[in-house]
Amino acid sequence: MSARENILARIAQARSPGAPVDVDEVIHRHPRGPIPPLEKNLLQRFGEQATRLASDAADAATMGEVPNLVAAYLRARHLPMQAICWPALAALDWRAAGIEAQVRAARGEDMVGITGAFAGIAETGTLMLLSGPQTPATVSLLPETHIAIVEKTRIVATMEDAWDRLRAEYVTPPRAVNFVSGPSRTADVEQTVTLGAHGPYRVLIIVVGDGQARPT
Amino acid sequence: MQVAAMHFKRKAAENLGNEKLQRALEKLQTKFVDGRAAAIAELPNFEDIRDAAAEIRERAISNLDRYLLRFEREATARGAVVHWAETAEDVNRIVAEIAAKHGVQRIVKSKSMVSEECGLNDALEARGLSVLETDLGEYILQLAHEPPSHIVAPVVHKTKEDIADLFEDKHHRPRTTQIAELCREAREILRPGFLAADMGISGANFIIAETGSVLIVTNEGNGRLSTTLPRVHVAVTGIEKVVPTLEDVSTLLRLLPRSATGQSITNYVSVLTGTKGGDDADGAEHFHIILLDNGRSRLLGTELQPILRCIRCGACMNHCPVYQNIGGHAYGWVYPGPMGSVLTPSFVGLANALDLPNASTFCGQCAVVCPVKIPLPDLMRDLRNRQVERHLRPWQERAALRVWSWLAQRPALYALGARIAARLLRLFAGGKKRLRHLPGASGWTNERDIPAPAGRTFRDLYRSGRHT
Repeated sequence: MSARENILARIAQARSPGAPVDVDEVIHRHPRGPIPPLEKNLLQRFGEQATRLASDAADAATMGEVPNLVAAYLRARHLPMQAICWPALAALDWRAAGIEAQVRAARGEDMVGITGAFAGIAETGTLMLLSGPQTPATVSLLPETHIAIVEKTRIVATMEDAWDRLRAEYVTPPRAVNFVSGPSRTADVEQTVTLGAHGPYRVLIIVVGDGQARPT
Repeated sequence: MQVAAMHFKRKAAENLGNEKLQRALEKLQTKFVDGRAAAIAELPNFEDIRDAAAEIRERAISNLDRYLLRFEREATARGAVVHWAETAEDVNRIVAEIAAKHGVQRIVKSKSMVSEECGLNDALEARGLSVLETDLGEYILQLAHEPPSHIVAPVVHKTKEDIADLFEDKHHRPRTTQIAELCREAREILRPGFLAADMGISGANFIIAETGSVLIVTNEGNGRLSTTLPRVHVAVTGIEKVVPTLEDVSTLLRLLPRSATGQSITNYVSVLTGTKGGDDADGAEHFHIILLDNGRSRLLGTELQPILRCIRCGACMNHCPVYQNIGGHAYGWVYPGPMGSVLTPSFVGLANALDLPNASTFCGQCAVVCPVKIPLPDLMRDLRNRQVERHLRPWQERAALRVWSWLAQRPALYALGARIAARLLRLFAGGKKRLRHLPGASGWTNERDIPAPAGRTFRDLYRSGRHT
């Protein structure tokens, strides 16, 4: 017998008797567990939690404002004005803001990566990114600076809410669903937290679309 | 990995006297124990979530074959290849076959305790493949040729000076003891390794039956790099890691990082499903998932079944007074602390790890902090019982217990013996309240004092009290 058959046979033999559980039915229902109580203002919670996990946060009224916000962020930190961005964001006028944006997946030497986000999770201040032809996974990972643009209407309370949205918009999950909560970090040396391990050193989250004109 | 659990006592005694290790272990208290307490306090319904988490894991374990088959079906439908492995050797052989099939030369690895269980690195290197550990802690251990001493913080036993020496020696760069600079140095050395690799090997924190996905949590981003850049991704994990749904895994994720490092969530949580699509610009083209048994299925239906719920957070070792004082290496295999004291004898044989179930004060703290409510002291007690039943305890201990049992069944003789012993010990103490040395019991008195008896037995005192 193969390893597979042996292992499955041993498990079946050891299983406690009783009515068999219909696993497909349980999975079809996918009931939620207990959810921690969250304050009403999800947008505020999202910002607070993201900042707590060392992300930088900014707001923009419209997508049109985003390139200038990004440019100001990069200039203030003396970061390169060359960036790569998701094909999904190619339509924004990066050039007018002084940013030289290339539309492609990231390579090892790229310094700034600009992405969107499928959702923002208020409970933990987390971004949810889906991989795909228009949304390559490397852009949020290889560069030292990651800038993520998330629409206000995509801020949800919990990871469970985010899964519901995914089920509503996709038949099956994409190759990679990446939840990102701040810059990469390590505490392996003397349990001391250091930002910027193998991924970004800094993450800027721009929440777009409160609809209000912004005082300049 | 080679088993060295039989040297527990010697190694534990050495480590107790190792001042540097003792200083390093103190950090666990402030960072992990206090960090967990603060992170748990943020969840007003923590106990409800914990009950739910234990129930989710128990439900998965009780229907393991059904959930594994559903997982296999979904993963295969998305283009992954699922392999089943009975033993560590099977895992090593399967990975080597996958490497050969895809013409792999260079492998990057993200942290995987199951691969440590298999001794996978050595097996692949013996076949001429280059293997690079990319978790900072695991990379340091690879340079130092040492095993991990903690399942979450593998180099907890090393100081930054140790690491500075190691990097200077291996990287030939100017020595630095600044932690941020050490981290940047490792990043710069490892980045080309990621970019050049043709295979990435990861573990899996969970596998999800609903979607056929492998879930990995990391903070450094090395898990994402290892599973995104190389054209082949191999995930190696234990059969017990399956959970039914995305909702179930969301519940478990509220507890795993909090229990492990005091984080509300790890930096990265990656849910990986199937292979790269035709138009995708990045991602692995080939995705292999290896499900390892290695003794796990034998625990089903036994007293030890609850250990299969374990989600490898490390809270039991962080809170264990024994682990806190001797560190992880003394346990002699991959898994240290209370969970290791149950897993190691189960996987490598009770006779090869006699001291581990006894390396506990039974203070119960491990069971209190376990996020999936594994009754660890009960499981260690069960292993102690098995040692006695199988006559695996030393002959002196067995003889002593036989004498005691013979005496205890003869109340008059027992009372006389107790009376004589109480008087002798009192005499020996010479009026002092504590005995510092006791002939024939140096194993006890070398490390601690024994309180001197009052000179009369409890039964004597009780009887005289009733008569007055």
